[in-house]
Amino acid sequence: MIVTPLFSAFLIIIMGWFKKSLCYPLMIIALSVSTFSSFANLESVLSHGTLHYHLGNWQPPWGIEYVIDHLNAFVCVIVSGISLLIGISSKRMVEKEFPEKTVYFYCLFILQVTGLLGIVVTGDMFNLYVFLEIASLAGYTLIAIGEDGAPFASFNYMIYGTIGACFYLLGVGYLYIVTGSLNMADLSKILPSFHNSTVVLIAFAFFAVGVAVKMALFPLHVWLPDAYTYAPSSVSSLVAPLTTKVGAYVLIRVMYTVFSPSFSLQVIPAGTLLCWVAAVAVLFGCILALAQTDLKRMLTYVLIAEMGYIALGAGLGNRNGLTGALLHILNDALMMACLFLIIGAITYKGWPRKIDQLTGLHRKMPVTMAAFVISGLSVIGIPPTCGFFSKWYLVLGAIDAKQWVLAAVLLISSLLNAILFFRVIEKAYFKPVPEDSHGGQDKIMAIDEAPLSMLIPVLLLVGGILLLGILSGKIISKVIQFAIPASL
Amino acid sequence: MNKKESLNRVEIIIGKYNYWAYILLMMIGFYAMIGKKNLVKKLIGMNIFQTSIILYFISTGSKKGATIPIVEQVPGEAARAIEAIQYINPVPHVLMLTAIVVMVSTFGVALALLLMIYRKYQTLEEDEILRLRK
Amino acid sequence: MEVVTSIKPVLAISVSALAAVLILFTGEKRRNIRELWTLFASVIKFSIVLSMIPIVLEGKTIECTLVQLFPGVALQFRVDAFGLFFAILASALWIATSVYSIGYMRGLQAQAQTRFFFCFALALNGALGIAFASNLLTLFIFYEILTISTFPLVAHKETPEAISAGRKYLAYLLSGATLVFFSIGLTYHLTGTVDFVPGGFLQGHGSSSLLCLLFITFILGFGTKAALIPVHEWLPTAMVAPTPVSALLHAVAVVKAGVFCLLRVILYVFGPNLLSDLHFWLPLAYFVSFTILLSGMLALAQNNLKRRLAFSTINNLAIIILGGCLLSPSAITGGIFHIAAHGFMKITLFFAAGAIYVKTHKENISELDGIGRMMPVTLGAFAVGAMGIAGTPPIVGFISKWYLCLGSLEAKEILFLFVLLGSALLDIGYFAPIIYRSFFKRSQEQTGSSVSEASLFMLIPIIACAAISILLGIAPDAFVHFFKIAMLVAKSVL
Repeated sequence: MIVTPLFSAFLIIIMGWFKKSLCYPLMIIALSVSTFSSFANLESVLSHGTLHYHLGNWQPPWGIEYVIDHLNAFVCVIVSGISLLIGISSKRMVEKEFPEKTVYFYCLFILQVTGLLGIVVTGDMFNLYVFLEIASLAGYTLIAIGEDGAPFASFNYMIYGTIGACFYLLGVGYLYIVTGSLNMADLSKILPSFHNSTVVLIAFAFFAVGVAVKMALFPLHVWLPDAYTYAPSSVSSLVAPLTTKVGAYVLIRVMYTVFSPSFSLQVIPAGTLLCWVAAVAVLFGCILALAQTDLKRMLTYVLIAEMGYIALGAGLGNRNGLTGALLHILNDALMMACLFLIIGAITYKGWPRKIDQLTGLHRKMPVTMAAFVISGLSVIGIPPTCGFFSKWYLVLGAIDAKQWVLAAVLLISSLLNAILFFRVIEKAYFKPVPEDSHGGQDKIMAIDEAPLSMLIPVLLLVGGILLLGILSGKIISKVIQFAIPASL
Repeated sequence: MNKKESLNRVEIIIGKYNYWAYILLMMIGFYAMIGKKNLVKKLIGMNIFQTSIILYFISTGSKKGATIPIVEQVPGEAARAIEAIQYINPVPHVLMLTAIVVMVSTFGVALALLLMIYRKYQTLEEDEILRLRK
Repeated sequence: MEVVTSIKPVLAISVSALAAVLILFTGEKRRNIRELWTLFASVIKFSIVLSMIPIVLEGKTIECTLVQLFPGVALQFRVDAFGLFFAILASALWIATSVYSIGYMRGLQAQAQTRFFFCFALALNGALGIAFASNLLTLFIFYEILTISTFPLVAHKETPEAISAGRKYLAYLLSGATLVFFSIGLTYHLTGTVDFVPGGFLQGHGSSSLLCLLFITFILGFGTKAALIPVHEWLPTAMVAPTPVSALLHAVAVVKAGVFCLLRVILYVFGPNLLSDLHFWLPLAYFVSFTILLSGMLALAQNNLKRRLAFSTINNLAIIILGGCLLSPSAITGGIFHIAAHGFMKITLFFAAGAIYVKTHKENISELDGIGRMMPVTLGAFAVGAMGIAGTPPIVGFISKWYLCLGSLEAKEILFLFVLLGSALLDIGYFAPIIYRSFFKRSQEQTGSSVSEASLFMLIPIIACAAISILLGIAPDAFVHFFKIAMLVAKSVL
């Protein structure tokens, strides 16, 4: 599942020398293979339990092991599924924005996906670092292809990202000195005896900070708005929903699998600290989003707020909170992918990105705007979209933990989100009409919708948002329940 | 009592000199990344930062009096028992090889980015670029 | 209580969702077909609901479970007496409003009619979903659908005034919804279930201060939609919407949904026993009476006809809640019956106001001199509705007021009897001038040209609703057995 994208990345480059038009199909094939295999993995995990794969047949803990358990499989499916959808839709956008570099784009795209999938699947701490860097490097480059401010934004991202990755590496190093092992499962057995050691505490701190950079958790989020705003639309649709979520996955892995839950929550008040930081992130993201005039930048701040939700759920440390966090990884990936794709479609059709200039958009691109409305409703948390259900669990978790302030923060942020999205919806749907006219008949304006290859992924995502909301009960009982450590 | 405490402290400083070295390097790199305005200096800071971490890792693998972790095997001879204590830990070396590769590739990408930035803005000073972008 | 499993509730709800989609695709070019969808859907919906009446009258409930959402909570529909009551009202009035709005929108040549009918159908979807919801969560889902689908209707005219009215509407209702969300979460946390149980299920869970907090958040949350003072301001402001919108949604479906939810909370979540144990009902009754009297007085001060009607609605909604929280059989019966009674009367009033607007573009009461001579049928219907709200026999308003007064006597709280009588006086106070001016004063205008009655599309619903108001006043159990159902509810809860 990882190997396919990796090899096809190289294949694409080679293919690019010969025949340019073959690159796109090749990429789609590779991504489809990934997606199917991740679904297959999920199936087998659900029926048989955790999968282990030993690289080069070296037994752990000496060799590198790939472990797929419920948490992994779940995130895998998300990552590969969404990359497939975005891959499909990227074709038009890429051709419009930088026609001479399409080959490199596809190659980097797939490399990025490789990296992300690798992070998710691996059971070895250092291997995770390697894949982390692969994904990050591909990301830096992809972002830099974009418009004006992109190289600079990417440079900034690179500085921050490298600091984050290096902190992570330091954490791995500290753990290695103390335990002599790099394998996650092994570490979780060895670590409990070291709970009071300073080294382990520091390691945890390094991990937390490193991952927080990748996750764009306040206050280490500074790179995100610039990087994602200036990136080309196809890139931001891929990177925005996925990279940060995978970062969140790493956080949950580290907190709950490697360091057992009792350590993370009781020995250090990591959970509490995380919760409060996350709450600030949520509010901060929402409020700053209100101040934006550019639609894409507004969405990046919404993304920061969404990551805050996930971190909040992770930090709450009870079943409901963690369920909410995991469910939100899925939901947010869907929502953000959909929203960024929509922006891509809007930009592709030549519309400016300033919110004030979006008047009357719904007449020209009705389907796209309808999708925007539904995704917006999901971010706000209105049933029956999926966003409501993850918020439900998060609020339940907060109530369970008797953290009324956190619950209030969650609810207030929903209202703030409502203001955000309805502002855009108003602009796009309603044209201000002078007071005394009774309105004329609708002029049938030419509908200038986005091309089909972009619409279909959007529609699929929207369908997902609506369906997965109702089906969230099933998802939780089959998958997420097992992904949560039993001691919670 | 006092003398014993201060002796202890000196021990910490001298005994773990490798850690201090790496911390120092890391701080230098960190400062350069954040504090300097020139983009190339930032990049060099990043490099120093990453190098310090590599240094740290390798230093944790060293043992007193141990030698390089290559087992000499005379062809045809049966495998001898190996005493791990005589060889320094190879694992950090391996890890760091990978890390060095990562570092180099990051550096390469960063330089490419800098090239793009320079072509666009004709300068590599951060504040000037910010001003030009407004 | 016997339970019948049937897919009818889902059918009834989804008819309008299907219609909404059809409307969207039919669009502006084939408007007659588009209106046909609306009419079809409303008739089919009503008939499905009608078919469920005999089953419920026998004392059974109809259930249909869709999907398990969380442990202990499913997306589930249950048709019990209370839900059926609301559903009958909403679907019957939709038929009337559909006919009326066709006439209205075409008469005004309004824009964006497709969006109008689309959102209307979706809104009815939400209303029936609320009616048939068997637990708080399903109710909340459809509650939100109702809010979202009515937003474009409120801001329909797209004038700056309309847009800001829409914003206010959303702000109030979404804040209320957030409070409700919190309350539902807290309820689930306390009890592990959110199903409605006649007589309440919160007994024994949680400390009384926690229950008090819960009660307050529920009341405030749902009270926003039920336009309780102090969270009522969105309703008068929303009168800038086209009259069919105001008529159905704000006098019948939206605010009635709010009242419905509140009564669900009072009777089916907390329950009369718990409420009287904790003595919550008395402060609520005082609070509500305050709304009754204040809104009546505010209505006197309004010059805009629709705004006056809006405050009258607030008045009547509070009366319904008062009936619910007095916790005596007659009071509950009267309160629930008033949901229907007020619905028919108010819709007649709004329809009449809309007809006046279409024909004369007049919105203010001061301009209505002599209209009665020119549009006798319309204003006659208006008079019927107005007298009914004040509680004059033989119009249906009398019956509900009668039972409410009986109920307050049963509950041994004479104060509320006086509140009810006072509000009746206020009703007369703000309706009488309108009737007087329109019939007995000469028109100030020099036009001379007589204004004729509105088109048949509008007239027929007006006459029909006025007639039904009188009919129900004489025989409250006619045809759809409103009264019997209301009594069933009261019996099942106490």
